[in-house]
Amino acid sequence: MARPSYETHEHDVIVIGAGGAGLRAAIEAAAQGVSVGLICKSLLGKAHTVMAEGGIAAAMGNVWPEDNWQVHFRDTMRGGKMLNNWRMAQLHAQEAPDRVYELERYGALFDRTKDGLILQRDFGGHRYARLAHVGDRTGLEMIRTLQYHAIHQGIDVYMECKIERLLKDGDRVAGAFGYWRNTGAFVLFKAKAVVLATGGIGKAWKITSNSWEYTGDGHAAALWAGADLIDMEFVQFHPTGMVWPPSVRGILVTEGVRGDGGTLKNSTGERFMFNYIPEFFKGETADNVEEADRWYTDKKNNRRTPDLLPRDEVARAINAEVKAGRGSPHGGVFLDICTRRPADYIRKRLPSMYHQFKELAGVDITREPMEVGPTCHYVMGGVRVDADTTAATVPGLFAAGECAGGMHGSNRLGGNSLSDLLVFGRRAGLHAALHAKNFGGQLVVDAGQVEQVARQTLAPFERAGGENPYAIQAELQETMQTLVGIIRTEADLREALDKIETLKARAGKVRVDGGRTYNPGWHTALDLASLLTVAECCARAALERTESRGGHTRDDHPYTDDQWGKVNVVVRQRHGALHLSREPLPEMPAELKALFQERK
Amino acid sequence: MPTATMRVFRGDARGGDFEEYRVETDPGMVVLDVVHRIQATQAPDLACRWNCKAGKCGSCSAEVNGTPRLMCMTRMDIFDPGETITVAPIRTFPLIKDLVTDVSYNYVKAKEVPPLRLKPPDPDGKYRMWQEDIDRIQEFHKCIECFLCQNVCHVVRDHEEHKRAFAGPRFFIKVAGLDMHPLDTVDRTEFVRRQAGIGLCNITKCCTEVCPEHIHITDNGIIPMKERMADNLDPIVWLLRKFRGQRTSPA
Repeated sequence: MARPSYETHEHDVIVIGAGGAGLRAAIEAAAQGVSVGLICKSLLGKAHTVMAEGGIAAAMGNVWPEDNWQVHFRDTMRGGKMLNNWRMAQLHAQEAPDRVYELERYGALFDRTKDGLILQRDFGGHRYARLAHVGDRTGLEMIRTLQYHAIHQGIDVYMECKIERLLKDGDRVAGAFGYWRNTGAFVLFKAKAVVLATGGIGKAWKITSNSWEYTGDGHAAALWAGADLIDMEFVQFHPTGMVWPPSVRGILVTEGVRGDGGTLKNSTGERFMFNYIPEFFKGETADNVEEADRWYTDKKNNRRTPDLLPRDEVARAINAEVKAGRGSPHGGVFLDICTRRPADYIRKRLPSMYHQFKELAGVDITREPMEVGPTCHYVMGGVRVDADTTAATVPGLFAAGECAGGMHGSNRLGGNSLSDLLVFGRRAGLHAALHAKNFGGQLVVDAGQVEQVARQTLAPFERAGGENPYAIQAELQETMQTLVGIIRTEADLREALDKIETLKARAGKVRVDGGRTYNPGWHTALDLASLLTVAECCARAALERTESRGGHTRDDHPYTDDQWGKVNVVVRQRHGALHLSREPLPEMPAELKALFQERK
Repeated sequence: MPTATMRVFRGDARGGDFEEYRVETDPGMVVLDVVHRIQATQAPDLACRWNCKAGKCGSCSAEVNGTPRLMCMTRMDIFDPGETITVAPIRTFPLIKDLVTDVSYNYVKAKEVPPLRLKPPDPDGKYRMWQEDIDRIQEFHKCIECFLCQNVCHVVRDHEEHKRAFAGPRFFIKVAGLDMHPLDTVDRTEFVRRQAGIGLCNITKCCTEVCPEHIHITDNGIIPMKERMADNLDPIVWLLRKFRGQRTSPA
């Protein structure tokens, strides 16, 4: 093969990923006066953030003045079953309100209280109504606002560009190499600092709310570059995805339906969540229908409805109801808001849900209940970062948003993702820029490194025979769905790892037809490398953690174990092999610990 | 399972033609599902854009049986059984490959729109806005940038030469949203007249008809903007509108 040709761009900071975290990082880095390149796999404004529905969690106290960062911090840590990096959870709770107000200054128009302030809605696991929102299309408002702010900040945007590998100069990250999806031509970015903001890994499962983009690119690139990943066993299955018709299975139904008064029911009409209140949340959860219904309007004298327990609890409960034969006709449960709220209210508060069910399922949610079931939604695990700076364990590399780990512990609360993107996106941009400014040396990118990646990237075109990449992707999704799903066992996880090994071998032999111009078969073949890597990390970590906690439930180890509550499972790659270790969580200072000793 | 007959455009900037695929379908499928099934089983290199598959990201715009639509929101059961379904790329933008077009025109126009510049906040540092003042703008903010309105707008669809000084319906509602923002202070009159070329729009409402978000682009966005253009020739009227537009106390 001839020496591969590529164009080169040089920036102080490159940001890979242009969802909420990537856009906010790019804006902040540009504000520091450094040159910024923003790289996105899709067109600008189409990243996964656009699909977020419910809102941005921030203790602004506009609806409940009792709310403050300490309460938000406590809710977040308890939702994550105390496995969160306490410092990230603290910074997140403290800074989220400022980030929301900042978004308002950039032009976001949130729904208003009657006093003209930003309205906040109830969501699972949050003590007070806390989510700033725009109906049920908050993510759209957020990404559009950031996008239109960013384009005036002198940031160079590289659209439909897929990064294949991070490049190193010795121990440090020196840039990234990838291809333009439009032409298939190669492109090299040299940078003093790289921010990963690539989102999640949900495309490794069959039933998922995630799009084609969510193939764990940033997770895998960081791992291959020598960075640590943590908490990869923790995957969130959102309790309410659509289940019917088959082609829409997995599409998200916002938690806002329950936040705004909707309830879950089984085939006998029972509000079954009252049967699934765990000991951990008994003190703060209503144990009868009357109290639960009063809670929506009187939070001082009533406890929260169990319909709004954290997502891991609700997903397991739905799973159990369906297994017990009390499911809906298409294998979910019922989510009813039509008998509880007026049609006008539903259409005003949940316009996308109304539209989505009407057009895709032929269901009028103001007249009939929805059928819903768990769908793979979010990975809590990700690149291990320093809480304050978002620096990964490799110099020059930063990570924010879903591809970073630690913030959400073993389970993320709804609404905490959008706020995470803003808080840590800003921090990543800031610290990447400072890192770049302080870097005095010359970066050298080894041409051999680049050539090797280029060859691997083109290999699928050159094989004589070989499999269809879509078939391997589908088998991986089936494997993860059945063997590394909501409920796991040692035997299943071992079987999954065997299958992943076989699929890796097969993926090394895929063949693609056609040219390099916008060729989805080729793109799918290339994304298999990261998808298989993150799937393996997840299954390996899940096998390691012999307890049940948050988004990781082991049928063979059904209890939460205090010893496991003190460690993260860390995954790293050395000399081509994965290594797992258990490493202690950072110790929470006494004044924050005290927040958990109060009765309420 | 019924089998659908699909005619999908295959080709690139150098040319191309429709190819026929026969695909087995499942209940509730949308056109995008069928395109994905063609990719997975018959033509792995068939190019199309998509992300959310739920009508939220605006990536999968195409012309289905001649009508510009989102493929993810077009159910197969709206067609007669046995009907051949033709899927073509949107026509107004240059073809890259198959169903993917070069929509960079829209990103160029986006950058030209003068951004928001806010009034100072209230003395407590907060901004107050009233829901009834922002309802209309929230309608415009529903835009998912699928660019179907841009695609059907005659001004650009049939007149390449207009692209330089015409922003198109998507950006008229973008500007309308900024202009109606209760806290905005920018005068975009000259921009709307010269660079955005609102005078070229002759209100045929094609944009409104294809909007998958059912935004009343013409009635709520463009027509009031044309009216404001007339008013704004008088600077006193403009100032009054800007500074009276906002309520000062809750109802």
